[in-house]
Amino acid sequence: MTDKKPNLDDFVPKAGEAKGPYSAGDFSADLDYSGDTAADGTTLDDIDTQPMYINIGPTHPATHGTFRVYCKLDGERIKKAAVDIGYLHRGFEKIVEHRKYNQVIPYTDRLNYCSGLVNNIGFCKAVERMLGIEVPERTQVIRVILMEIQRIMDHMICVGANIVDIGALTNFWYFFNAREKLNDVLEALTGARLTYSYTRVGGLAWDLPEDFRERVKAALEGIPKAIRDVTGLIKKNRIFLDRSRGVGVIDAEKALSFGWTGPCLRATGYPMDLRKVRPYYHYDQFSFDVPIGANGDVYDRVFVRIAEMEESLRIIYQAIDNVPGGPINVDNKDIVLPAKDEVHNTMEGLINHFKLVIEGVKPPPGRIYDSIEAPNGELGFYIISDGTGQPYRIKVRPPCFYLMNTLKYLIEGAMVADIVAILAGLNIIAGELDR
Amino acid sequence: MANSEQQKHDSLAERVSARLGARVLETDRSYGDLVFVVEKAAVHEVLSYLKNDEKFDLLLDVAGVDCVKLPEYRERFELEYILYATGVDHRVRVRVPVPEFALDVPTATDLWRAANWAEREAHEMFGFVFTGHPCLKRLLTHQQFEGHPLRKDYPVMQGQWCATTSSLEEELEE
Repeated sequence: MTDKKPNLDDFVPKAGEAKGPYSAGDFSADLDYSGDTAADGTTLDDIDTQPMYINIGPTHPATHGTFRVYCKLDGERIKKAAVDIGYLHRGFEKIVEHRKYNQVIPYTDRLNYCSGLVNNIGFCKAVERMLGIEVPERTQVIRVILMEIQRIMDHMICVGANIVDIGALTNFWYFFNAREKLNDVLEALTGARLTYSYTRVGGLAWDLPEDFRERVKAALEGIPKAIRDVTGLIKKNRIFLDRSRGVGVIDAEKALSFGWTGPCLRATGYPMDLRKVRPYYHYDQFSFDVPIGANGDVYDRVFVRIAEMEESLRIIYQAIDNVPGGPINVDNKDIVLPAKDEVHNTMEGLINHFKLVIEGVKPPPGRIYDSIEAPNGELGFYIISDGTGQPYRIKVRPPCFYLMNTLKYLIEGAMVADIVAILAGLNIIAGELDR
Repeated sequence: MANSEQQKHDSLAERVSARLGARVLETDRSYGDLVFVVEKAAVHEVLSYLKNDEKFDLLLDVAGVDCVKLPEYRERFELEYILYATGVDHRVRVRVPVPEFALDVPTATDLWRAANWAEREAHEMFGFVFTGHPCLKRLLTHQQFEGHPLRKDYPVMQGQWCATTSSLEEELEE
């Protein structure tokens, strides 16, 4: 498995090959189709038509969360659309100003709840850079393994749900069979299945279980088969091709202007991956490729994600046999809690524990922006410390906020049925969208 | 890698000070990042220089800050634009102090379309008024919501009762 390089040509159509009947490439698309003629010779000009207004959401099975799309329709075409978000706004950025740094970690779980560990790691990495520490090698490799497991799980939900939304349920179960095994691994590790809260500032909550390596390997065995099954079902499926090729097209320049990152940007053919261009946690020492698409449509977004799952598998197989020994936490009593027997048996340990719990980790005053490559794109944390144990301000840069900003322009000019296909392909997670 | 990033910072800081010297109040290099502190009147000029001449093609985020409880600050509010040049892998931030009683800031939506929602969020959370923004309405909070929740004087436990469904006519025609 480790040596196998997926042949991207199998996944991604060649440039210019797939052109749908309509294109959102030009946002001011000419919607004048008064020249269309019916079989009996009537044209649209002969019929008295009125625009129709419909609401999709706030709660709709295809919205994957809660938000509202308000459309002005002409027949089945969307002439104008408005997107309303904020239905899941919980005031993350306000709450965390009143919490210690380590107490913020459980809140980050609830940002992108399909890949909670990535949020944990992204936040801890930013705070650690602020503190000027580097976590031990062992922790770095463990974090890489966990991030890649979560990337696979996130892509499985996104791709599975995307295909469900356009009418094929079986793929979802193929992916969820395999995903369930990964979920069991993470449950054995963290005790949770959704909100893991496994990292701490300066390291991890606890070490890996003894049989972690065997468990991960056993869970990964089913994934290539799941990917094969799903690609076999959709790759040459006429219905899927018609629903996804040429739908929701965007080019790289517009995507960048809209702030796109991650697999959706790479689907436009722009190979930007933070793991490659700004490597952290020794990502530059793993061998993996960055899959890109050609047309920037829904089809490319699905297959870039599927190809990324194979790349994540390669990274995990390289990392899982080479987890170095040693401590998991930095050796700094101002940051990491002392061992339990020290707390129970020595005065110094007890005082240290008490001070750290009551006062928290104290980064020096300053501001930092730090980001990682989350499954959805660039997940950034802008943190201001005033030198106390509580962050003065945390601004999250959620990747799908900027994808969602674009939705209005992607669906204007498309058909009503394309809304769900485009929406699911962007992988909107309301938790991180609304915070 | 860290060294090459510092070299990029050095050369960009030189070019910016040669071109826009008086516009940049201060250059902050803490944590190895590069931050230009820019006066409000010049922010659009600086941003468009960075976008068009220096090819900072990605606007990553627009972060508002209420500085009132910080030990020292220039003005009560600050905006921080986080920019990324994907071609050369270079990040800078542009920090703009905004006085409490003159919250108008020129919009960046004409430079990056990502600024649209980012500025709407800064508008509702802190009360910045982005002049020239196509649709400066509340985004995450409800249209009936009053006040600016991320200001330091907004109580963390204070909720508001908002029940009317918002009409999206304005966004529709945006």
